[in-house]
Amino acid sequence: MSDLALWGVFLAAGLGTFAMRLSFVELYGRLRIPSVLSRALLYVPASVLAALVLPAVVYPNGQGEFVLNNPQIPAAIIAAWVAWQTRNTVLTLAVGMGGLWLFRFFGV
Amino acid sequence: MPYQSGREAFMQGVRALIPLSPGVVPFGLLTGVMAINMGMSPGTTMGMTLLFYSGSAQMVALQLLHTGVVPLAIVVTALVINLRFIMYSASLAPHLHHLPRRWTWPLSYMLSDQSYALCSLKLSSGELGQFAHHYYAGTASAMWLSWQLSVLAGIYLGASIPETWSLSFAIPLSFLALLVPGIRSAASLAAASAGGLIAVLAVNMPYNLGLITASIGGVMAGLLIESVRKRPLSDALTHDVERETP
Repeated sequence: MSDLALWGVFLAAGLGTFAMRLSFVELYGRLRIPSVLSRALLYVPASVLAALVLPAVVYPNGQGEFVLNNPQIPAAIIAAWVAWQTRNTVLTLAVGMGGLWLFRFFGV
Repeated sequence: MPYQSGREAFMQGVRALIPLSPGVVPFGLLTGVMAINMGMSPGTTMGMTLLFYSGSAQMVALQLLHTGVVPLAIVVTALVINLRFIMYSASLAPHLHHLPRRWTWPLSYMLSDQSYALCSLKLSSGELGQFAHHYYAGTASAMWLSWQLSVLAGIYLGASIPETWSLSFAIPLSFLALLVPGIRSAASLAAASAGGLIAVLAVNMPYNLGLITASIGGVMAGLLIESVRKRPLSDALTHDVERETP
């Protein structure tokens, strides 16, 4: 991607994010969220994050080709278990990366 | 407890945020490290960090830049990740909207999950008194500064980390660390499962449409399970009890 396109992406995402943060503070009393939408927004993080994690783990080359010998899968399962048990970001990262190196070393 | 001065309220806000920084700093470091490892310059990385001021959206954008997704899809995905700020904005608006723009614009820019979590209940209970927005400003500025500084530290760390460490795997891992503790109900589990599965199956859709499709599918699955579980809840409970008694 060219530098111009890159900065275009940053600027658009940044301004859009600012507009969302400001939205109701600026337009107080003139804007209402329909209740279906506010309920739907609750599920956005879980849905989007899972949609980012799973393909990134299952397709290590990023091209959508399934690889049998993929140490990322067992490493991610262990990391998910650690995240579930401890809710600790640093520990999840450490165990996941450690698992990846270990499984790759033993050729899983 | 109402504060005597704006300065006191601000400092209390700063102090309230400090215990949260161990969860923030590693994520910021990682963001800086990742950006540098992907070949971004320190200036571009800090520009991106200042414009986004949103860790998860920035990580997502980095991941999508890494896989070579078209620019428009990156912007849309980052904004979808940040949709939650609309809810935060709606919830803080009654307490901030009366302030002049020289307050509301910077305070809105600095709105984050952490400062929202610290302030939303205290603002609505009214316990903070007339200097409540100073307290919020304290949490928000402290959060902003710790985020910018930790990304900056990550930038200088990033240059010394070799490619063979496959550090790019840390991005999905950090999403996992955000995702798993957030699953607190059958409905959010359904949202995550549907979102993840659709994304894996739809990975070859053009323009990153797979991610958008998966996100919408996941949200619909969450809403569906929520409405199924709400209505016949009493029925389901008695059935379970019946089955468990021998």
